[in-house]
Amino acid sequence: MNLAAAATNENLASISNVLIYSAMAVYTLAFLAHLAEWAFGSRSKVGRTAAALTATVPAPAKASARTAERGGGTAVLERPKVVTRATNGSRDVPDGPGAAGGTEKGDLYGRIAISLTTLAFLIHLGGVLTRGLSVQRAPWGNMYEFSTTFGMVAVAAYLVLLALKKNVRWIGLLLTATVLLNLGVAVTWLYTDSSQLVPALHSYWLWIHVSCAIISGAFLYLGAVSTLLYLFRDRYESKLADPSGKQPGAFATSVMERLPAASSLDKFSYRVNATIFPLWTFTIIAGAIWAGEAWGRYWGWDSKEIWSFVTWVAYAAYLHARATAGWKGRKAAYLGLFAFLTYIFNYYVVNYFFSGLHSYSGV
Amino acid sequence: MTTKTDAARDADDADVGAAGSQLSTAPEEETSVSLPSLGPIGWARWFWRQLTSMRVALILLFLLSLGAIPGSLVPQTSIDPTKVEQFRADHTTLAPLYDKLGLFHVYSSVWFSAIYLLLFISLIGCIVPRTWQFVGQLRSRPPGAPRRLTRLPAYTTWRTDRAPEEVLGAAQRMLKKRRFRAHTVGDAVAAEKGYLREAGNLVFHISLIVILVAVAVGSLWKSEGGKLITEGDGFANSLTQYDNFKSGAFYDTDDLEPFGFTLKSFDASYERTGPQKGTPREFRANISYFRGADGQEHQGKIEVNHPLEIADSKIFLLSHGYAPVVEVTDGRGKKVYSGAVPFLPQDMQNYTSTGVVKVPNALTPDGKRNQLGFSGFFVPTYGGKGSGSMFSTFPALDNPRLTLTAYHGDLGVDSGLPQSVYQLEKKNLKQYKQDGRAVAQMMQPGETMKLPGGDGSIKFVGVKQWATFQVSHQPGNGLALIGAIAVLLGLAGSLFIQRRRVWVRAVPGADGVTVVEMAGLGRSESARLPEELADLAEALGPDAPQASEPAPTPTPTEPENAAKPSDSADPADPSEGARA
Ligand code: HEM
Repeated sequence: MNLAAAATNENLASISNVLIYSAMAVYTLAFLAHLAEWAFGSRSKVGRTAAALTATVPAPAKASARTAERGGGTAVLERPKVVTRATNGSRDVPDGPGAAGGTEKGDLYGRIAISLTTLAFLIHLGGVLTRGLSVQRAPWGNMYEFSTTFGMVAVAAYLVLLALKKNVRWIGLLLTATVLLNLGVAVTWLYTDSSQLVPALHSYWLWIHVSCAIISGAFLYLGAVSTLLYLFRDRYESKLADPSGKQPGAFATSVMERLPAASSLDKFSYRVNATIFPLWTFTIIAGAIWAGEAWGRYWGWDSKEIWSFVTWVAYAAYLHARATAGWKGRKAAYLGLFAFLTYIFNYYVVNYFFSGLHSYSGV
Repeated sequence: MTTKTDAARDADDADVGAAGSQLSTAPEEETSVSLPSLGPIGWARWFWRQLTSMRVALILLFLLSLGAIPGSLVPQTSIDPTKVEQFRADHTTLAPLYDKLGLFHVYSSVWFSAIYLLLFISLIGCIVPRTWQFVGQLRSRPPGAPRRLTRLPAYTTWRTDRAPEEVLGAAQRMLKKRRFRAHTVGDAVAAEKGYLREAGNLVFHISLIVILVAVAVGSLWKSEGGKLITEGDGFANSLTQYDNFKSGAFYDTDDLEPFGFTLKSFDASYERTGPQKGTPREFRANISYFRGADGQEHQGKIEVNHPLEIADSKIFLLSHGYAPVVEVTDGRGKKVYSGAVPFLPQDMQNYTSTGVVKVPNALTPDGKRNQLGFSGFFVPTYGGKGSGSMFSTFPALDNPRLTLTAYHGDLGVDSGLPQSVYQLEKKNLKQYKQDGRAVAQMMQPGETMKLPGGDGSIKFVGVKQWATFQVSHQPGNGLALIGAIAVLLGLAGSLFIQRRRVWVRAVPGADGVTVVEMAGLGRSESARLPEELADLAEALGPDAPQASEPAPTPTPTEPENAAKPSDSADPADPSEGARA
């Protein structure tokens, strides 16, 4: 190996650090802008959910029938309107209006927050790239590098969904908060100077296996956030649906009524989890192939392998629950959260505290 | 709500339920678990039906995921037996309990095996009927349109001047062109697409069994041997040459393939600066090898991620260390030992190592039997003395030192009992002492330590490296890989393909203008269904253009159902209907 060629470029490494700190600063601004969005939005009076759920007089047909249409008004002639209705078994409640609550000021802050998040993401991306360039390898050799990349991919996933015009703006506040937390943990506890890899990590499987693991985790995170909010929103809706029972407080109402309907949140998390499950499956298979190359066995119940297996089986259980009458809804959601917790446990706790062949946390 | 509308709604629901029937092969869900009243056969049937239900599959999956966890929290015999011993010593009350629960070998314990065996029995009991059902579905045609298309998840309608038969004919052609399976029943076209979803789901579940079989084959027929080799030494693949050897129940040691290799040299490099100073950067074993009984010699190398493949075996590089080269001269001045002695690293970071030298055929100056034993420390980079013994500050050979103390007497090697080559059996040995203090010396390469009483000397000549290799033969790997690829393909088909039905109905309206209705139903909730229905309606447009007057607004729902917070146990829920 040519040590000179692979030598750490200290300069790039310190640029990377500056970029990561700058990204944190901009994420903080984005977080504050999202807070402002929620604050201004709270002044609007939405109240649509309550109306839809408690209406004793049946709502007019159009209230429960949403119209899917592409291409705008001119297409109406050639393209008939398609009326959709929720399948029985889910409440037919419209989505909330979003954090801004339909207020102009809230919306303005929301847009500022998204612009700032985009800017922070670009800086963050620069930080990860320069880190990789400084060592001329994939920037995934230790926990600091995993964490910074993980946060970056989570934001990227969010921005991609936004660009695809998916209804995900409600994640913004929680996302910026957790990415800040994630980067904070990375720079304070996980920081490791850039350096070369231990021999076990010299393999193109590093690129394949680790990148898939990071992408899976980032999306599973979005799914888990949505699942969590689903649980809250579902409780809120069932309280409203039963006017004789205990009603949600003013603050809960203000937050909850602006979120998408429980059924939308539930669907979103199902779609994200189901879409990413094959990738997670592939991550484990790729890891097994790599383990076969590096250690002579493709599966050996190493701590890391155990927890990947636990996560995989837990998500399989979640997918089964979604297809099983009587397990849909809250029970499936608890399973989904459990599955995500095992992923996080595998990441932070196993890397940090367990010894095993996968001991490359670098801390 | 009056009884009458309730009855009407139930009829509608049943209608929609029938439209969704056979959209999947998932087992029926029994909403209430009714206990059988029959004898043993009734019970057996009941038990089987429970075991192969989705609910039990899901509970078993969850248990499997919980059950795998203790293996990461409690040390496992198969992974680190010394840690298990340590745990037994530290937790005298807990350890017997853990032993009873099989917690030191979770993955071969009775309860863990029970979970996955039940799961796989359930899986087989689930796959077989589902496969038959699927074959049946492939042969049959999608069911006719429900009476009220408005009750389906996606719906559209418009009016056209074309005759109903014309519209239906065009619809059937259009759907077939889009690879729907379509036929006309009565006044409507029924079409279905996405059978691959079910095929994918079956392939996925069957592949799980393939992987389980591959794992079983692998563990029954595998063999795995470890061998430590010092630079310059060689190895031939036979049972006696291994330091340790494990094989599966069905492995026949006569099957060991004839090959061998010599470790010519070992290259190791380490980070020299920075906070990660000392972490390994590269390990490479340069070898020459042969295959067959008297095969030709080839040159090769083995690195950490790059095993060498010889025939059906793979040779992996596992670890490395140092072997000081020493020469021992006995009391009569005869060279009685010369060679490299592997020392085992005590500290994997900087390779402070310990080891022993055994010299069984040494004599005293007057020709008496006087077996010699040496034990001591080796450091590749001398960093001073800690609490008594020296320690190393860097893993590379920068400033090597060997410290030895000497013993004489009976090594115990003639007793025939197996003995560790890394430890001295000190029972019948006496330590060399001078002035009441043990004789010990720290040496640099080239230096010599003299034994008291003219009993001879030991010279530290130089240092070689050793490496440990693992030779594994793992059948079933290929099968596991095939299973894994099929799992992925099946999963992709199962999760990304939508199975859905579309109905197109065309009937003459009251004023003679044809009313076209289209509706779609998917196996699971999908955002794409309405999109697709709109696409299909658009494609049908040229053959059924909208009548000039504006179509009446669709009235998709009856008022009494509009905001019905219905319960999920509704037996005729369209998505449940898929299974009903
Ligand atoms: C070895 C354990 C099993 C694993 C890891 C597993 C995994 C999965 C996964 C990941 C899915 C999601 C794919 C999809 O939704 O189409 C799925 C679906 C399904 N599984 Fe399993 N499964 C197992 C055992 C079983 C058993 C024992 C049954 C039978 C009771 C079963 C029946 C089904 C059915 C019917 C679906 C389709 C659900 C749907 O169409 O939404 N599985 N399974």
